[in-house]
Amino acid sequence: MSEKLDTLVTQNMLDKRDQWSEPRVSRPVSESDIRKWAIAVYWPEEPPKLYWNEDYALSTRYEGIVAPLDFNPFAWPVPVPSAPPTPPMGTGQGTNAMNGGQAVEYVTPIRPGDVISSSTALVDWNERETRLGLTLFSTNETRWTNQDGALVKISKNTSIRY
Amino acid sequence: MANNVYWEDIEVGYEIPKWTRKTDLMHWNRYAAVNDEFIYIHMDDDAGRAGANEQGAFGMGNLRFAYLHNMLRDWAGDEAWVKAVGLQYRAINQKNDVLDCVGTVVAKRVENGEHLVDLEINVINQSGQGTAPGQATVVLPTRS
Repeated sequence: MSEKLDTLVTQNMLDKRDQWSEPRVSRPVSESDIRKWAIAVYWPEEPPKLYWNEDYALSTRYEGIVAPLDFNPFAWPVPVPSAPPTPPMGTGQGTNAMNGGQAVEYVTPIRPGDVISSSTALVDWNERETRLGLTLFSTNETRWTNQDGALVKISKNTSIRY
Repeated sequence: MANNVYWEDIEVGYEIPKWTRKTDLMHWNRYAAVNDEFIYIHMDDDAGRAGANEQGAFGMGNLRFAYLHNMLRDWAGDEAWVKAVGLQYRAINQKNDVLDCVGTVVAKRVENGEHLVDLEINVINQSGQGTAPGQATVVLPTRS
């Protein structure tokens, strides 16, 4: 049994706090990407026309097809990234991880043809004793902008490690 | 143009129509396919159990996040704008769960010319357990 840790905060976290990553840039978003996403998240019902029918979408305030707000333009990158080196779950203190939640503010819709840039920083954390033992709540903030420099969304994601 | 609701017609305390899905691998696999989210705990019962879920493979949090957006959009319509959505994951989405996305209007306000409603939202499973409580803000069209 390894010695009980006093903190799950690593030197890497201290070094990276508030350091914004180099922007990651998506491939151009296609109508097909949007349609498939909408079908998946509405399955088994037909998704709203706003996501796949240009004639209908032109009649709305959006004046054209837009992506569902939860759409991810960064899926299926090439070159295919290698899996990050993470310790196997449950092998010791601090090696268990969960998705704690997210909070997103939406500013500009994503449209076919858009190229989205994303930058992320570790912005905050706090640590406390929970029923899981010593537990670390870390918040990463991600900002997306489109090819015109317009802010698309700001998301804050909480990860939990214990 | 598809306009479902106007800001003036919504009262605090109003419960928006719930949005329901029974979820299983058919839903999770389709979501994995579009989000490139192929993680063994969402695909394989042995991996799910190794990840501390006795019932096996379980659903993605991101898919419940999407379902809440669907609820808000289907209620508010295509002349509205979902401005913010946040949630916490409190319980696992097990295979064959019947998930009810629910929302209640808790405030109305006008800010920077936008007519806003704030909602408390959640994803409730068939046992009545709130699996993903959160908040949302929606900009609604006005009659004026």
